Amino acid sequence: MAKARGAIVVDIERCKGCQVCMVNCPTDTIGMAVEVNGKGYHYAYMENPESCTGCTNCAVVCPDGVITVYRVKQN
Amino acid sequence: MKEITREENLVYRRTPLMTDATLSYCPGCGHGTIHRLIMEVVEEMGIQSETIGVAPVGCAVLAYDFMDVDFSQAAHGRAPAVATGIKRLWPDKFVFTYQGDGDLAAIGTAETIHACNRGENITIFFVNNGIYGMTGGQMAPTTLEGMKSSTSPYGRNNETMGPPYKITELIAQLSGTYYVTRQAVHKPGPVRKAKKAIRKALEIQKEKKGISFIEFVSNCNSGWKMTPNDSNIWMEEHMFPFYPMGDIKVDGKLVKG
Repeated sequence: MAKARGAIVVDIERCKGCQVCMVNCPTDTIGMAVEVNGKGYHYAYMENPESCTGCTNCAVVCPDGVITVYRVKQN
Repeated sequence: MKEITREENLVYRRTPLMTDATLSYCPGCGHGTIHRLIMEVVEEMGIQSETIGVAPVGCAVLAYDFMDVDFSQAAHGRAPAVATGIKRLWPDKFVFTYQGDGDLAAIGTAETIHACNRGENITIFFVNNGIYGMTGGQMAPTTLEGMKSSTSPYGRNNETMGPPYKITELIAQLSGTYYVTRQAVHKPGPVRKAKKAIRKALEIQKEKKGISFIEFVSNCNSGWKMTPNDSNIWMEEHMFPFYPMGDIKVDGKLVKG
């Protein structure tokens, strides 16, 4: 069965660290960074990049639209 | 990861119709999601140069900075009246108002009800978070019974402060409204449904069938004094039973309420 693999790119400086993406990620891919961005927010990042399926759930709920999603199908 | 993040594998990106300005909203606020959804629909319909928004007074007062379409700014609560004027001058443009509950359901009740009653061909986006967010979390007409706010610190008391009211159900009774629905944007499923509702609302405007009205039940984590995710859970548990999701009026016929 073809398996989808995905990746997200977070616009770190725009992220406000609200964590809404984190709880809505069905594969627990997203975590919050220990470091902070220029505004002092702990930004979202791919904690488990291997588990991302590129479902776009994180990006559609992100209030600030900081997440870009990519997806490839692999056999 | 490098081989995945290539242009040809792109499945979702922030719509270019949102400007590069950093949103002035608190972390986790639903306003940003709703702005983006409206702009995504405008992009899909290819009507950027045909769309005119009317910004309210409230948290979304700077909406014209974030959505890259023509905008006007109305006095507090008067957005439907301003939108009426714009639409009557340019009947072929897509005109929408974007208002919060303090703006639409309190000071602007008269303008809202009369614009809906006349059935102006505009779209009203109504963001209901049960509180006056921008001014510091004061009680609004939509504040739930028992809900604490800065002006009802012991919780709203229906006997002395009156009960909360559902303006969306109220305006659905008016003959001028064609499509009335209530949506939310706290989870991926509701976001996708909300986007379909926005698309439907703007299509109705194209066909000149009457007013389309979408209420978004949203969170105000700062005003409710919660984390964004806690406020979304609180919203599901407390707001949704009083403000149930779904269509109220479709094709000019009541389907609920």
